[in-house]
Amino acid sequence: MKVPSLRVQSAATVAIIVTAFALVFFYAPLDADQGFIQKIFYLHVPLAICALGGFVVAAVHAIRYLRSRDPVHDARAYVAIHLSVIFGVAVLITGSIWARASWGKWWVWDEPTLVSFLIVFLLYATYYPLRYAIEDRDRQARYASVFAIMAGAFVPLNFAAVRLAEPLVHPRVFATANGGLPGDMRLTFLICLAGMALLWLTLVRFELAAKSASARLARLRRALEGESAPAQRSRIAPAVPPRTVSS
Amino acid sequence: MPALPLDEAGKYVAAAYIVFVGLILVYVAIMAAKLQRIDRELGELAKIAERTRSRDG
Repeated sequence: MKVPSLRVQSAATVAIIVTAFALVFFYAPLDADQGFIQKIFYLHVPLAICALGGFVVAAVHAIRYLRSRDPVHDARAYVAIHLSVIFGVAVLITGSIWARASWGKWWVWDEPTLVSFLIVFLLYATYYPLRYAIEDRDRQARYASVFAIMAGAFVPLNFAAVRLAEPLVHPRVFATANGGLPGDMRLTFLICLAGMALLWLTLVRFELAAKSASARLARLRRALEGESAPAQRSRIAPAVPPRTVSS
Repeated sequence: MPALPLDEAGKYVAAAYIVFVGLILVYVAIMAAKLQRIDRELGELAKIAERTRSRDG
């Protein structure tokens, strides 16, 4: 399958997100229970799904790195975790705003969904110090991959455990007795989800392209200035081979 | 809890969407700064390459 150029993908991302937000405010009906505040749902839930999905994608790339030792998979795992952590920050802030408006509190410590997401987020926040603590590039990539696989396996387990937990204050969208969301809300939600997933993918490609350009530049500098030139590179971010930018 | 009236709910909804847009803008600004640095370094390397070529040839 032909991968679209980054420019085309960026334009498609902006178009879908603008359409999705227009549907949220002009098409989707007001929720009978929560009213206008439920509009946060169309932002908060897709962000959470993409963040958690991104952690699992990172685990898959980490497995591919350990099998092949190809640094491009390590780079993809790193960038996937990086973007998912940023999405995670957005999930925590938007969730907190929604909680304040719906429950009257910024945070509820005895709610399993909130606390479990915070645990996953904090777990992945330790990924950066782990990489930073290791000087050797190969060891860094190996240890980071093992971490990404273990943490990635924890994500679906954690999700399943929380779904089984009772009681729940946090709403369940697709598993209510009456079949979940009505049609127009479901359509809006699915377009929002597609927009967020495309945004995540576009930002991943964007960051990989930037890292690839940096790596190419460093090689060019070494070739022009000789091997004595100091290598200018980040200690945390993996070196990206210039051959591919797609995830 | 009963649903908040529109005027009160509106500020929370606006805050959530502004946070999202703000985060994306900050990320894009950081990436743009990185790309500017790459562009600047590329310019320096082009000058070095030209100097080397004129010295050798």
